[in-house]
Amino acid sequence: MELKAVGTAGTLESSDVMITLEPKDSGGIDLTLESSVLNQYGRQIKAEVLASLERLGVKNAKVIVNDHGALDCTIKARVECAYYRGCGCDMDGRFDWGGVIR
Amino acid sequence: MSIPRPKPEKFRLRRTMMFMNAQKPGLIKDAYIYGADSIMLDLEDAVAENQKDSARFSLYHALKEIDYGDTEVIVRINGLDTPHWKEDIRVCVAGGCDGIRIAKTESAHDVQVVDEAVTEAEKEFGVEVGRTLLMAALESPKGVLNAVEICTASPRLFGVALSGGDYRKCMQVKVIPGGIEMLFARGFMLNAARAAGIQCFDTVFTNINDDEGFRAEVKQNIEMGFDGKSLVNPRQIPIVHEMIAPSQKDIAEAEKIVRAYREHAAEGVGVFTIEGGKMIDIAFVPGAERVIKLAKASGIYEGDL
Repeated sequence: MELKAVGTAGTLESSDVMITLEPKDSGGIDLTLESSVLNQYGRQIKAEVLASLERLGVKNAKVIVNDHGALDCTIKARVECAYYRGCGCDMDGRFDWGGVIR
Repeated sequence: MSIPRPKPEKFRLRRTMMFMNAQKPGLIKDAYIYGADSIMLDLEDAVAENQKDSARFSLYHALKEIDYGDTEVIVRINGLDTPHWKEDIRVCVAGGCDGIRIAKTESAHDVQVVDEAVTEAEKEFGVEVGRTLLMAALESPKGVLNAVEICTASPRLFGVALSGGDYRKCMQVKVIPGGIEMLFARGFMLNAARAAGIQCFDTVFTNINDDEGFRAEVKQNIEMGFDGKSLVNPRQIPIVHEMIAPSQKDIAEAEKIVRAYREHAAEGVGVFTIEGGKMIDIAFVPGAERVIKLAKASGIYEGDL
């Protein structure tokens, strides 16, 4: 499975985060973070996004994170959803719950 | 980090079952604070057609990582006439929810199809087979008429619920104060549920600003014998809990019955009278025990039974 197009998930509502993934050929992960709680949680949010991308096997991508105070569980959910959308997966296909999604 | 949940109890107290959009993280994280007996995380009507995928990811992590305490966690899956329900079941089981609410149930076959898919998912994800409970929502005249076969369709099934919005639409009626338009559906479904020995839940009351109307409906629900009600707003939770709680008079009478029954049973006497001359036999005992259980759950029981 591979990121083929721009994938977006999440909203700009409070307690949510909007994630946009854009495929790149090389250069690793290029992450831009905007957050209402940047000073307190910026590092933790970044780490959570990078860990999810690593589990999903994303090596090169432009990542835009627009956070409005999302919990860790929401950050993971939005990264995964953006990724599978960018891969062009069938939304009702069989996902790897408990495997790369965890 | 995953929070293990105890094995779901089939016949627990379910006075209040509150709907919440599985897609809205801001709501789910505070779910247990409201004090509903059960929450129903919704993958169906509350989630837009193009967000069904997103809601599942959100649900999976919310099931795994949020501590719900004693609150039961049910998930409402999409209808069997949609392409979504199979994957909905996989994520529910993988996430370890307590139960699944089947939308638009019309036959025993509908319940069995879901039961089989749940069993398959339990095997796939290493969950104890039979752990995941089911409840069926009846939303059409056909569903209501088939309540008898639906209620006995699966050992996983703990209850049935009426879904008034769709049912009224099919019947070409609107919401009527007093509930004459729902009389048959409520009565028939209750009979089917009691005959099968499962629980029965009434539909939502959607006008959240009409407290008087809501109280009138809850009062009728209790008088008809419902176990609980589906809710759309946290404000409705304490109202139901307060109204469903037994009175001190009911509790006192229930205590007398249970105590007298125990004493007489030990002596081999099956029928007896309690103070005030009321004749009691074994048929009164389960009701009395239920009153005491409800009083305990409502936090108003001070006795020692």
